[in-house]
Amino acid sequence: MPYNAILEVKDLSLATKHDQKLVNRVSFALGRGETLGLVGESGSGKSLTLRAILGLLPRGVEKAGGIIKSDAVSAMVFQDPRGSLDPLCPVVKQLTEVVRFRQQVSKKAARGIALELLEMLGLPDSIKIADRYPSQLSGGQCQRVVIAIALACKPGILLCDEPTTALDVTVQKQIIEKISALQKELGFAMVFVTHNLAVAAATCSKLCVMKNGEIVEQGDTLDVLQNPQNPYTQMLMDSVLPVPELEGSGRIWN
Amino acid sequence: MKQMRIDPRLNAYGNRTSMIGRIWSTPTLLVGTLMFAVIVLLAVFIPFISPYQPSEQNLSAFLQPPSAEHWLGTDQLGRDLFTRLIYAARTDLKIMVLAEIIPFCTGLFLGMVAGYYGKWIDTVISLLTDTFIAFPFYLIVIIVAFASGAGERGIYITFTLVGWIVFARVTRGLTASFRQQEWVASAQTLGLPGIRIILRHILPNVMPQAIVVLMTDMVGLLVAIVTLGYLGIGIAPPTPDWGTMISDGQSFITTAWWLSAVPGMAVVYTGIALSLVGDGLADLWRKK
Amino acid sequence: MNKLSKAFSTSAGNKSRGSSRWLAMVLVRALVVILCVTTAVFFLIRIVPGDPAKMILGEYSTPEALESMHHALGLDLTLGEQFLRFVKILFTQGDTGNSIISGTSTRELIADRAPVTLLLIGMASVFAIVIALLLATLAATNKDKLPDHLIRIFPTITLGMPVFWVGLLLILLFSVRLHWFPVGGVGEGWSGTLHSLALPAITVAFSQIPTLVRSLRAQMLDVLESDFVVTLKAARIPKVIILFKHVMRNAALPTLMLFGVNLSYLIGGTLVVEQVFGIKGIGSLLFSSIAKRDFPVIQGIALYCAISVVIISLLVELISWWLDPRTKGKS
Repeated sequence: MPYNAILEVKDLSLATKHDQKLVNRVSFALGRGETLGLVGESGSGKSLTLRAILGLLPRGVEKAGGIIKSDAVSAMVFQDPRGSLDPLCPVVKQLTEVVRFRQQVSKKAARGIALELLEMLGLPDSIKIADRYPSQLSGGQCQRVVIAIALACKPGILLCDEPTTALDVTVQKQIIEKISALQKELGFAMVFVTHNLAVAAATCSKLCVMKNGEIVEQGDTLDVLQNPQNPYTQMLMDSVLPVPELEGSGRIWN
Repeated sequence: MKQMRIDPRLNAYGNRTSMIGRIWSTPTLLVGTLMFAVIVLLAVFIPFISPYQPSEQNLSAFLQPPSAEHWLGTDQLGRDLFTRLIYAARTDLKIMVLAEIIPFCTGLFLGMVAGYYGKWIDTVISLLTDTFIAFPFYLIVIIVAFASGAGERGIYITFTLVGWIVFARVTRGLTASFRQQEWVASAQTLGLPGIRIILRHILPNVMPQAIVVLMTDMVGLLVAIVTLGYLGIGIAPPTPDWGTMISDGQSFITTAWWLSAVPGMAVVYTGIALSLVGDGLADLWRKK
Repeated sequence: MNKLSKAFSTSAGNKSRGSSRWLAMVLVRALVVILCVTTAVFFLIRIVPGDPAKMILGEYSTPEALESMHHALGLDLTLGEQFLRFVKILFTQGDTGNSIISGTSTRELIADRAPVTLLLIGMASVFAIVIALLLATLAATNKDKLPDHLIRIFPTITLGMPVFWVGLLLILLFSVRLHWFPVGGVGEGWSGTLHSLALPAITVAFSQIPTLVRSLRAQMLDVLESDFVVTLKAARIPKVIILFKHVMRNAALPTLMLFGVNLSYLIGGTLVVEQVFGIKGIGSLLFSSIAKRDFPVIQGIALYCAISVVIISLLVELISWWLDPRTKGKS
């Protein structure tokens, strides 16, 4: 590797117990503070690759080969924010619990850190005072809590599995901006799974295009998007509905 | 829940060969049917199998342990236990099947009507089920069986009165969910009367689930018949019945435990057979 | 199972639509069911053909005796008057009249026998829930492995086991052979009582466990495979804590609901099991009243049991509503 990689995935293959191939010989590397995008249609194995990096494969899926080399702590943000939180546990309590176990501090100190994290994520004070349950928060607020939980693990790599797909369009932008700002501040690397090329273009410095469990194209985001080599990448780009150019803006993501 | 745009019955049955193939690939159904067939065949042909009569006493050979002559031994009056056991299967299985017919039909009908029409009909029927359900099953069974006089007739009256609730509840829920679906709506726009939609379209669709429930319910019914017999308010003594056999054997539990244990095992055996059939049918219809 | 629970909980569906409205609906519903239950108890001995007085006195009773029995039961009145009388006694005396045999009020008779039955029901409930939770956890955490297969076969086998027969076998094994427990009756003092009720309670619990395990296992699997468990695992929270703090709590609510539904069966089973173990509770009162054709007492037992079931189901519904933050809505 030309640079100091924080994560190296080499020839990773995943399969079901009945030997059905799900991910086939996927390789990529990620440098410190870098963001890598995994794009492709649903079922292409993006999320499974992410789960493999996290070390938590769903039931019935096994690693069939390859290596995942990483010395950093990884944490994950999921697609469905409300489902990612225990519905019967107040959110502050859930976050405090994670802080307590990951940072090995007292209950009181953990609560303090938890509140700081919520502050950092820009959540209103009302959430911190009253013991709010996930059902009482909006989707965007839940996702912020989930991100706070991920950050409480002090990750070197943040794995994002379509973190904005389930959210309203306006909230999507806020969350992406928040994640990017936090990345600048805390300096973690990111693997960002999405099927939205616009989101990928806005957040990722490198891009891997996946199809049927294989990486068909990878490279710097701009190179890939401006000069796609693989017909599938071209197809993905063509499938994005053209945004009518308003006010002469040519930006993909504003 | 899968989206069903057309009458799902059309998908439910494949062609003949695949139907048979599916049955073969559902071992629980096969084993259950086989187990049930064994006891039914025994019950039908017992007069040709056993040289004894169920009430034939032999006071010189009472409380004998199992032997070649008496496969399961004899009871306190020297009656052959195996013969009585199978004659009891005749009584109990016959009553089990007959007592289930009326509650199954009424329950299905009331459930479909409640689920289809909703509104006040639903409220009334739900209230009726809630009322019956408030009474512990065995309490109401015991009281009604006693009040309507011990014996076979009492059992039929009892289960006609209380047995329909399970079916009404299941079909009501199913019907209400079918009602939301497009194929019912499209039948309605064709101007078919409600009762016709219920009988021609909803009934065939709730039937699989209802039959699965029927299998489990039959087990419960059999256990209830046996329990009534044990308590002395079911089938009257000279007629062989598993419940009275268990209660007769109870006095000899320390010396001849099998007198009570074996009839109970017969109930358990039948229960396993019927639940396997139920599970198997559920599997079969789920696979589609 | 899901469909079943959906089928009968008509009111539960509207939980989120205004909690006060939901509360009012649940309360009104319970009240109406209690009224229906009371009416049903009144008609219970009148549904069936035959003359109750004749049943009490036997086939060859004199016309005079029949007439005085008719009067004692209030059968010489019209149906409407009888019902008014029934309701009047219910409101003034709080029961279904006096025993024909002893003249004692049914309320006193039942109150006398209730403690041991309630204790038995309580013990059986605890046994049932604890064992079912353990088995369901074991099965769900070992999905498709040996423990799971064994536990899944269990309901199929036990479904057809008559509860009294299970009691007999347990007596045979633990009392007659191993002498761990008394053969029947109720012991002296607290420890004696608990000791003598242990086996009957296990018997009653045994009849409930199959249903409970079956649906609890499904509930647990739902929770175990839900996203929030992955979040917690991803945050490397210890597995024990995830299981006992988060998964158990999430599975507890449906357990409570299910238990409320099954309670009616549990009470019925208790009445039968009392008979097997010779426990002088409500069950034995029921059977002795049946033997003596003591109609008011039979009606009283039916009424008290049914009303308790309605009230407990109501409590279960209220408790789970109160415990579940999802019902509270945004504030």
